[in-house]
Amino acid sequence: MTASILTVDDSPSIRVALKIALTNAGYSVAEAGNGAEGIEKAKASAFDLIITDLNMPVMDGLTMIEEMRRMPDQMGVPIVFLTTESDEGMKARAKAAGATGWLTKPFDPDQLVRIAKKVLGR
Amino acid sequence: MSDEAIAVFQVEARENLELIEQGLLDLLDRPEDRDLVDAVFRGLHTLKGSGSMFGFDALAGFTHHCETAFDRVRKGEVAATTDLVSAVLAARDHMRRLMEDPSGDHGAAGDLLLADLERAVREADGAAPAPVAPGQTTWRIRFDLPANAFKNGSNPLALLAEMRDLGEARVVVDTSRVPPLGQIEPTDHYLAWDVTLTTDQGRAAIEDVFIFVIDDMNLTIEALDETAPDAGVLDQAASDEIVTAQTEAVVPAPLVAAPAANEPADAGVAKTAKTAESVRVPADRLDELMDRVGELVIAQSRLSQIAHSGVDTALRAVSEEIERLSGELRDTMMVLRMVPVATLFGRFRRLVHDLARETGKAIELSTDGETTEIDKTVIERLADPLVHLIRNAADHGLETAEDRAAAGKPATGRIRLSAHQSGGEVVITIRDDGRGIDRDRVRAKAEAQGLIEAGASLTDHELLQMIFHPGFSTAAAVTNLSGRGVGMDVVKRTIEALRGSIDIASRPGEGSEVSLRIPLTLAIIDGLLVRVGNGRYVIPLGAVEECLELSLDEDMRSRGRSFISLRNSLVPFLRLREMFDTGTQPELHQKVVVVSTGEERIGLVVDQIIGDHQTVIKSMSKLHAGLATFSGATILGDGSVALILDVGHLVALGQQQEAQMRAAV
Repeated sequence: MTASILTVDDSPSIRVALKIALTNAGYSVAEAGNGAEGIEKAKASAFDLIITDLNMPVMDGLTMIEEMRRMPDQMGVPIVFLTTESDEGMKARAKAAGATGWLTKPFDPDQLVRIAKKVLGR
Repeated sequence: MSDEAIAVFQVEARENLELIEQGLLDLLDRPEDRDLVDAVFRGLHTLKGSGSMFGFDALAGFTHHCETAFDRVRKGEVAATTDLVSAVLAARDHMRRLMEDPSGDHGAAGDLLLADLERAVREADGAAPAPVAPGQTTWRIRFDLPANAFKNGSNPLALLAEMRDLGEARVVVDTSRVPPLGQIEPTDHYLAWDVTLTTDQGRAAIEDVFIFVIDDMNLTIEALDETAPDAGVLDQAASDEIVTAQTEAVVPAPLVAAPAANEPADAGVAKTAKTAESVRVPADRLDELMDRVGELVIAQSRLSQIAHSGVDTALRAVSEEIERLSGELRDTMMVLRMVPVATLFGRFRRLVHDLARETGKAIELSTDGETTEIDKTVIERLADPLVHLIRNAADHGLETAEDRAAAGKPATGRIRLSAHQSGGEVVITIRDDGRGIDRDRVRAKAEAQGLIEAGASLTDHELLQMIFHPGFSTAAAVTNLSGRGVGMDVVKRTIEALRGSIDIASRPGEGSEVSLRIPLTLAIIDGLLVRVGNGRYVIPLGAVEECLELSLDEDMRSRGRSFISLRNSLVPFLRLREMFDTGTQPELHQKVVVVSTGEERIGLVVDQIIGDHQTVIKSMSKLHAGLATFSGATILGDGSVALILDVGHLVALGQQQEAQMRAAV
């Protein structure tokens, strides 16, 4: 069964890049432009993995992760956030909020797919 | 790809190239610095990846070659020589051009730079430290996960699968932190794992598996055995051994397999071990040890009661461990005290020889099952009853040679002694091929002795039981050998004192068989703990046949007639509450424990059946020696005392009651 992945990023280019790489690897991909939209999408259908940016308008990634971990349905869904190598503080905050893992920007499709596989366990 | 995305990439790529340059420059000063090497490699790797993602294929391709070359530095295969670092620096400048001007034609320049780099790597190859042979290493990895691991989307199975991808993994789960069911938080994670992984990958690869959780968990990675190039890979058997040892004991097993057996030193050790196979120990030391083990079993049962009354899982785990250990210790102790019945049977050859001479009969003794083991104390106490039974067989059972000839039997009479273990009991049978028990004589004798009414109707079995009555002897003349007033009743009492039972079967003209069922040991029994009134009592489990419910109605109806119907046979029962005069009211639902000794059975009415209980028997004081109802006492888990019921006596009592009842009808 194809795993379904929700990508949450305010930058359409990043979303497109993510979608191309993930679709090529055989995943089905849905997109959201910010945290609030991400929560709506996740409520509407269950995802196997959520990949989110942290810095976004309307609702940032941190808030979205915290919110989701409070929702019984989203508890336990792997959430991977995108971060830059220099931002150790942000990494710690996102983990504390309940994130499963992270992907350091910039990344290549191989890294992205490897992380997705790692977190999905398949 | 949108221009915006490309712009973002270019900004990041410039930063990355800066970092690579800085790293390479620093590396010129400190060529041994692994961190620098790693940083440069990461930079190249990222640049390659993001380049390909954003469509900078020329950049990605070129960087890929540089990365491959530099990877050898990272792996320690070649040294970071000045020449090599300079070549990478030149390549970095080329990457910058490829990034800023992706559509330009840079192919030829790139090829030259790569050729330069390759040459530098080749030259550095000789200068490199001796390469480490890529042997396999066995790692022992222990890890747990934070309690919120599930909630945060971590998947332990995925981690284990990743480790399996690295090599040969043996996984043992540690459930010791799982709380009692009532305290389990379904979203929390409680497990830990112990993984033995044989892989050609290094520690970093293993740590990589845990990258997302490594900061919040306990992880230990130890190399168990780094195989030297000529030592080969740790063989499967040895690593199995390690895993088994780890699961079975907390103490890590020594890694190195036993040295070759053909070494002279080892041969010596083996020899010594052989001569030390048996040790003579004074019997009283064994008894002392048995006493201590008994005390330990009692203390352990108190401990487990305390542990199970609380929710302290750690205490419970320790208590269960001690329960297991003391059980094993007890079993070992039992085995120490066991002696084969051969030591007992051996004595009877002489006896039979003497008997044959005195009676003028030809008697052959055959034995069977001499290797059957039984408690030393039991053996000693069995000797006298067996002597008596063999005498009986020789004297009363076997016919004279003439009689045998007349009956068409071989002249030599046979007595067969056999032993075998059956559950927690040893069954010893003494069989002769003599004339069998003369029922008419038994009946006549019993009537003459006033044991039964003249003409009373008795089953064959009941009639045979008569010979166990005190003072009963059918021998017409008192011979030197038997019939000296020590009758079968004494044998029966002795066997019952060993918590055993005796039964007799006989066919006229074909012979008789007496079977003794003796518990393996006297010191510890499995008992059924029951409550009568406010007191608790132990019924030896070996004697218990079944437990039934006796409703108050049924009890009322049966009053005066103390029988219960058990599958179409009437079983007399004793109301222990009345016998012990507890002064309490009967429970609404009393229980009947049906006990038996051989063929006879009775029901014991108790208030409650508490459960099975391993009991260490303590003998009663001299003051209480006259109490036939009890065979001993034991200390329960809570420290209180429970009396052990003497089933043999109670059965006799029940039968007696029945006989009186019948007489009264």
